[in-house]
Amino acid sequence: MGRYVIRRLLQMIPVFFGATLLIFLMVHVMGDPVAGLCGERRCDPATAARLRREFGLDRPVWQQYLAYMGHVFTGDFGTAFNGQRVTELMGTAFPITIRLTLVAIAFEIVIGIALGVLTGLRRGHPMDTSVLLLTLVVISVPTFVTGLLLQLLFGVRWGVIRPSVSPQAALGELIVPGLVLASVSLAYVTRLTRTTIAENKRSDYVRTAIAKGLPRRRVITRHLLRNSLIPVVTFIGTDIGSLMGGAIVTERIFNIHGVGYQLYQGILRQNTQTVVGFVTVLVLVFLIANLLVDLLYAVLDPRIRYA
Amino acid sequence: MPEQPPYEPEGAMAATGTGGTMDLAASEATTLEKTPGGPGGTGPEGKPRSLWSDAWHDLRRNPVFLASALVILFLVVLAIRPSLIAPGNPLSCDLSKALDGSRAGHPFGYDGQGCDVYTRTVHGARTSVTVGVCATLGVALLGSVLGGLAGYFGRGWDAVLSRITDTFFAIPVLLGGLVLLSVVTSTTVWPVVGFIVLLGWPQISRIARGAVITAKQNDYVLAARALGASDSRILLRHIAPNAVAPVIVVATIALGTYIALEATLSYLGVGLKPPSVSWGIDISAASPYIRNAPHALLWPSGALAITVLAFIMLGDAVRDALDPKLR
Repeated sequence: MGRYVIRRLLQMIPVFFGATLLIFLMVHVMGDPVAGLCGERRCDPATAARLRREFGLDRPVWQQYLAYMGHVFTGDFGTAFNGQRVTELMGTAFPITIRLTLVAIAFEIVIGIALGVLTGLRRGHPMDTSVLLLTLVVISVPTFVTGLLLQLLFGVRWGVIRPSVSPQAALGELIVPGLVLASVSLAYVTRLTRTTIAENKRSDYVRTAIAKGLPRRRVITRHLLRNSLIPVVTFIGTDIGSLMGGAIVTERIFNIHGVGYQLYQGILRQNTQTVVGFVTVLVLVFLIANLLVDLLYAVLDPRIRYA
Repeated sequence: MPEQPPYEPEGAMAATGTGGTMDLAASEATTLEKTPGGPGGTGPEGKPRSLWSDAWHDLRRNPVFLASALVILFLVVLAIRPSLIAPGNPLSCDLSKALDGSRAGHPFGYDGQGCDVYTRTVHGARTSVTVGVCATLGVALLGSVLGGLAGYFGRGWDAVLSRITDTFFAIPVLLGGLVLLSVVTSTTVWPVVGFIVLLGWPQISRIARGAVITAKQNDYVLAARALGASDSRILLRHIAPNAVAPVIVVATIALGTYIALEATLSYLGVGLKPPSVSWGIDISAASPYIRNAPHALLWPSGALAITVLAFIMLGDAVRDALDPKLR
């Protein structure tokens, strides 16, 4: 196990640098960041040259990348061109997105697993078929359509929620956006739980548990559910990273000032420091979540042995 | 012995079930068990059917497959000749009719620019189908070649490719799209297709790598090698036909998601640019008027949802047919 952890950590290093370098290059292609600094007018050449030197933009890309990474490891994500520290922006944006992600994961766990267990136990039942069809529909409808529809229904027609979320983004306001963010993964969790429950229902240990005379409830919660949830837990774990990245659409629809909003603004204003900084943190979150899931897997399922 | 590091959750999940080669044997056993009982279970010469003809046999009787294939056929016809059912010009708009409801000859009403929603929705099929098909072909080709080579030759190639795959997986797709496509000014579908291929191939290469690793451990590959067959012959004649099934399944489902991705990128304003007609653009343009004129939003959204649904259900049906073990 220890050797496996070390190998995984070593494997993470090239991936981290590769992904950040890729983003750095993409942002570099994005165009001249100085052009966005002088408002509507073109910068006069002398000012542009001074700004370029100030931000180190006159050096080759690989030097810029190395210098940037050096700063990142001391916790310095640079300054956005409007003078605000990128870490400051992160400090306000990340708590909101993390709250949104937590709401989404709560939906996945509660509704997804409950529906999956119900349908997995009754395969072929009309309810099973209709839930299965519903999950297919949810998977097929893109998130931004689901979001706009729920906003139309809850926010505009019925007036249950406010159509856009306030800058503080309290937990109560994030329920519908969280549901929207979770929707596709929710459908996947339901399908995954259903498949594993249906598979394990026929297994020997369940038959033994029933033969011992255990009450049905105990067989399901203690034996069936515990073993069936292993792949579901790993799915939800790997989903954390993609939820935070996917929040960009949800945050735009409901006007939430989280990570996606800041990134979108950064890209619109060609604010390279903001974009690279946020993406670097997102990549780190994704990699760490994946590592934890792989380790958790070995703990949850002792049959798996890592050499 | 090829080393298969359990770095991927899918790999770890598979480890709880039977191993790779066992899987194949098990699915073959089910197929064989099933065939003698059913009517017409064997081919004309009494031979057991191949995986492909068995799958086709199942698919023809699957209502889900038939329904989704019909929808897709309809969409392809629309993509080739939209004027068949919508003779109007999607770019001719009349601002005085902006946001009007439906009327005779214009069943879906008008959008915020006074364009006919029906015409635009029908013409939008072309972009979506083109993006979906081209991106899937590109992804499948690039992914299966790179993944197949990594799975077959293993060692250094495999390690390098696995790291590259991980790297691409670590980048959030929408973010990459926003960054890369925000500078593009072209109004054709090709930047979007190129972007999807660039970020989509690792998914297929992972599948292809696994399938090739499974297939190359079979006895017939050993036999071919013992007979002196070259690497390219073994790969093309023996491994490829036995490893292509999972790639086809994943690619079909991916086609649906690529169509959704194009619409999402267009919704965010970086996918296709306005003179081109796309459901994503129309949905984005209609969202400010959601309160007064929801019809301009609902029709393109519905068309998009049905299209994506059809491709995902087709992929599901094909997977069920190719992997009888799941039933």
